[in-house]
Amino acid sequence: MNETSPVTEFVPAERPVSLAISVRGLVKHFRDVKAVDGIDLDVPRGMIFAILGPNGAGKTTLIRMLATLIQPDAGSATVMGHDLGSSPQAVRASIALTGQFASLDEDLTGRENLVMLARLWGFRGKAARGRADELLGAFDLADAATKQVKSYSGGMRRRLDIAASLVVTPGVLFLDEPTTGLDPTARQGVWRMIRQLAQAGVTILLTTQYLEEADQLAARIAVIDHGKKIAEGTSRELKAAIGSGFLHVAPADQSRLDEAAAILEARLKNTVQRSAEGAQLSVVAGSAREANEALAALMSAGIELSDFSMGSPSLDEVFFALTGAPAEDQDRKEAAQ
Amino acid sequence: MSEISPALITNVQPPKPPSALSNALVFGWRAVLKFRHVPEQLFDLVMTPLMFTLLFTFVFGGALAGSPSDYLQFFLPGILVQTVVFNSVYSGMGLSTDLSKGLFERFRSLPIWSLAPFAGLMVGDVLRHVIAGSIILGIGLILGYRPEAGGAGVLASFLLLIAIGFGTGWIFIVLGLLIRTPMTVMTIGFTFIFPLVFASNIMVQPETMPGWLQAFVVNNPVSHMTTALRGLMAGTATAGEVGLALAAPVLLTILLSPVVLWLYRRN
Repeated sequence: MNETSPVTEFVPAERPVSLAISVRGLVKHFRDVKAVDGIDLDVPRGMIFAILGPNGAGKTTLIRMLATLIQPDAGSATVMGHDLGSSPQAVRASIALTGQFASLDEDLTGRENLVMLARLWGFRGKAARGRADELLGAFDLADAATKQVKSYSGGMRRRLDIAASLVVTPGVLFLDEPTTGLDPTARQGVWRMIRQLAQAGVTILLTTQYLEEADQLAARIAVIDHGKKIAEGTSRELKAAIGSGFLHVAPADQSRLDEAAAILEARLKNTVQRSAEGAQLSVVAGSAREANEALAALMSAGIELSDFSMGSPSLDEVFFALTGAPAEDQDRKEAAQ
Repeated sequence: MSEISPALITNVQPPKPPSALSNALVFGWRAVLKFRHVPEQLFDLVMTPLMFTLLFTFVFGGALAGSPSDYLQFFLPGILVQTVVFNSVYSGMGLSTDLSKGLFERFRSLPIWSLAPFAGLMVGDVLRHVIAGSIILGIGLILGYRPEAGGAGVLASFLLLIAIGFGTGWIFIVLGLLIRTPMTVMTIGFTFIFPLVFASNIMVQPETMPGWLQAFVVNNPVSHMTTALRGLMAGTATAGEVGLALAAPVLLTILLSPVVLWLYRRN
């Protein structure tokens, strides 16, 4: 699949010190499921790097290995120059992890959660409380500092969870699906936070199921599926491979669907996908101009459209473009963990 | 909404790495905080033994020992053992809850002593045992229970209770690590604990039981614990009795602490 995808591969000969994360041939199997099946990855320091893939693609497993929570079956990796296998404690000292599920003590207050972590890092009494208050202020949680976390909203939890990862400035911050389950406003807030952290020099490795999120935040994106990396590049490079967007059309007369599909395919030189209900056709358009010409061709053939739209590709469409198959949602591996 | 100042998150370097003891104490502090925030957990801990004490003393006591006050004198040390053993189940449930919520993921990704969270769990357990034990003993005293060995006997008894709780705690930590649903931990825990607690000498001496059951009761570690605790409260305990009572907790600690470590580091 890599050969068919015109996305540039970034494969340095050795591991320069300037890399925050360097992964070679990492493998993790859960019984007979290959959750991560030989992944190479290089993340330069200070970069926001996104791992894009559907549920069960192996994103979480990869991050859990890099955060020393599970041991790889094969392969090697260094995080901030420390080897995962031989010096996990040094890796732990230079990373922070915000997992998919809030890793907070629900019974404790927000402040107590942060004080606890500050103490675990070695801050003593007053310094620990001071650091906790600083973070609460910075993350707009000062008002809720003395409330139990169980009373927090989803957005507040996520902010506290990220704050908890910043008690000590990490070299690498792992964010596993940082905005899953958040409303649009809270999502924007988390995005802003991530950008500011990157500006401050923190390397961020995040996973996401949303192309938009990767596009908005990340300087580089690796697309993974079935535990394998199927593409990597900048957002621009990926889009060049996938097409700038998808043209969706719905012919008014369903009997002319095949005819419409043939015209689109001829015009845009890409495979036409049919929606599950069959009423809508989707096809990659190289540019808005090409899309426009395709629509004009439909019109001149006398095919009336009940609806048409141009959209940025969804994850499904990215996968279709890269692999020729729709993204499979397979929760089993992540459920196994 | 939230704007964080980059100045805040730059250059915050970790202080000198704390000691393993310091790590463990933080988790102990967490256990104390949980007690403060969720005082209703005391209700879970104390209600069952309290009902047992009242029921057995006043309903069955006269029939079993001639008078309720005579029975209470016999029964109270046993109910303390039962309280502590039951409470260990809650400790396993708590661990299972923590694990199911991803809190331990963060702990495990921190550069801390890997057993510190369990040490904290133990601190919480000791606290629970002491508080629940004191309440039950207090109620016993009000109802007329008198420990003949006085304060020293009570102190020795509580030390033994803590050791018992510590030992049985390992079973439920293992269950908590293996099973991710707290309710299942409780169900399995009680299924396992019930025969041990009821087929013991906590409620009655085994003389009237059928032979095969007597054999079980006499060798039941819970019976040894109860015998030793009665002895300590009365000031008649022998070193042998206390040794037998401690055998199970010591054995459990030796056998299960490596299992806990292995399970914790496994995934």
